[in-house]
Amino acid sequence: MGKPHKVKLKSMDIVKTDNLVFEYIRRDDEGNPTGVTTALDHVNIDVRQGEFVGILGHNGSGKSTFAKHLNAILYPTEGTVIVNGMNTTDEDKLWDVRSSAGMVFQNPDNQIIGQVVEEDVGFGPENLGVPTKEIWSRVEESLRAVGMLEHRLKSPGKLSGGQKQRVSIAGVLAMHPKCIILDEPTAMLDPSGRREVVRAIRGLNDVEKMTVILITHYMDEVVHADRIFVMDKGKVVMQGTPREIFSEVPALEALRLDVPGPTRIAWELKRKGLPLPDGILTCEELITEIEKCR
Amino acid sequence: MIRDITIGQYYQTKSVMHRLDPRVKLLGTLLFVIAIFTYKNPVGYVLGIIFLCTVIKLSHVPIKFITKGLKGILMILLLTVLINLFLTPGTALVSFWKLTITYEGVAVALTMILRLTMLIMGSSIVTLTTTPNNLTDGLEKGLGFMKIFRVPVGDVAMMMSIALRFIPILLEETDRIMKAQLARGADFESGNLVKKARALVPVLVPLFVSAFRRAGDLAMAMEARCYRGGDGRTKMKPLIYKKRDVIAYIVLFAFMVISIWMGRWSVITDFFNSLYTDLILK
Repeated sequence: MGKPHKVKLKSMDIVKTDNLVFEYIRRDDEGNPTGVTTALDHVNIDVRQGEFVGILGHNGSGKSTFAKHLNAILYPTEGTVIVNGMNTTDEDKLWDVRSSAGMVFQNPDNQIIGQVVEEDVGFGPENLGVPTKEIWSRVEESLRAVGMLEHRLKSPGKLSGGQKQRVSIAGVLAMHPKCIILDEPTAMLDPSGRREVVRAIRGLNDVEKMTVILITHYMDEVVHADRIFVMDKGKVVMQGTPREIFSEVPALEALRLDVPGPTRIAWELKRKGLPLPDGILTCEELITEIEKCR
Repeated sequence: MIRDITIGQYYQTKSVMHRLDPRVKLLGTLLFVIAIFTYKNPVGYVLGIIFLCTVIKLSHVPIKFITKGLKGILMILLLTVLINLFLTPGTALVSFWKLTITYEGVAVALTMILRLTMLIMGSSIVTLTTTPNNLTDGLEKGLGFMKIFRVPVGDVAMMMSIALRFIPILLEETDRIMKAQLARGADFESGNLVKKARALVPVLVPLFVSAFRRAGDLAMAMEARCYRGGDGRTKMKPLIYKKRDVIAYIVLFAFMVISIWMGRWSVITDFFNSLYTDLILK
């Protein structure tokens, strides 16, 4: 009886890093080494199937470097990264790792390969050797999942930033990955584009039950996450549910992270003596709690 | 201003020519070019022109768009004509100073004009009726046999289509950098050629830097989506020959055989040669 149980547990963890360390050698203009930078310092992050995990951190905190490890673009200096039961350093499994962990990058212009939206979404499945007929059905379902089906015949140049990013997400979805890693997908977008993309990402998690790892420095994007990891200087400095994390306003501010508006207001009110609970996340919550105080 | 450049210009409309398989069109261009360079008498050219006109008619592309392509080669055309006109030895037609125009020179010059014009019109009809994407697909599939010689056809086709995809993005970027430099007081308009060329350096350097950065990002994105070269890939839109493609092939080969045979048939060629001697050299 013990064996199947163990297998089941293993398959629950889509991503697991064990004491992940990544170092690179800094070089001057002539290429002489000047020192070693530790970009990731003993990082332990595990993500279970169907979870929405947020990874927060300001620039240079190592969050993008971490993302690149999950897709075998970078390899650990020390420790291991297990994706869908496969070690990312296993060269025979390289393409299996990459197709299980789909990656969406920051700049939409630099990751759209096709000249027509639907062709770009079909690029991943084409690379995986999926039969033509199935490519078409995958393209259709992926575009529908991000709400871009009506733009399928447009040229990517004609789309807005938020739409381009949704196409990129569809392109990854069409590969049928086990999880999607989004590396600051909204950093180059305007507020309305950001909302669009965040809504699409939440939809994937809620409706399609897709495991999502969202890497960002906008805290309001991860309010609905199941768990949050906060990174600073290559280390995981905080982890927990959004409520737990956002209760620690001073700690977050020390890490130069912006706390979402309602949380911040609630915290200030509480400091001034209003009996509010910790970790208020949304406006609605804040309103109900204030009403209770009357 | 830069955006006026159109590469692989495509004329959007619906026609048989547009629907034709790109491989048919590519092979057709090749055969047509071979044909027009083998003709020895006017009958061949007449057949060639009839063929060209029929294709243009079938493509529904306005003739204006096709002749546009000729403007680009006007200088080459002129140069070829002048060289042929003056440097072909033979019977003198007119001579002044040290230059002589010969009857043979006129004949050769006229043939060259005819051949080059037909060549350009014939090939622009193909680019005008085929999307760049379709064209690369056609090249990839049509040259697939080269894989035996270890030519990475799939990779080259991928490079071509990415280059095409990035042309508008890089043009936009150039525009942006030029505006940024103009805002800093750069002057691209005045001065002689050397000065203008030097003024472009502050545009080209950031453009190249950003192009390389983009290339790096794109390569990473492609790898993340499991691109590992052309082998083992399937196609979302595979090229499959239809009935009209087979008909087009038959028509094409029939035209080739008949026009080359007529264009080189010694009876006809001799007839025109004697006509020429009778009329002119008398």
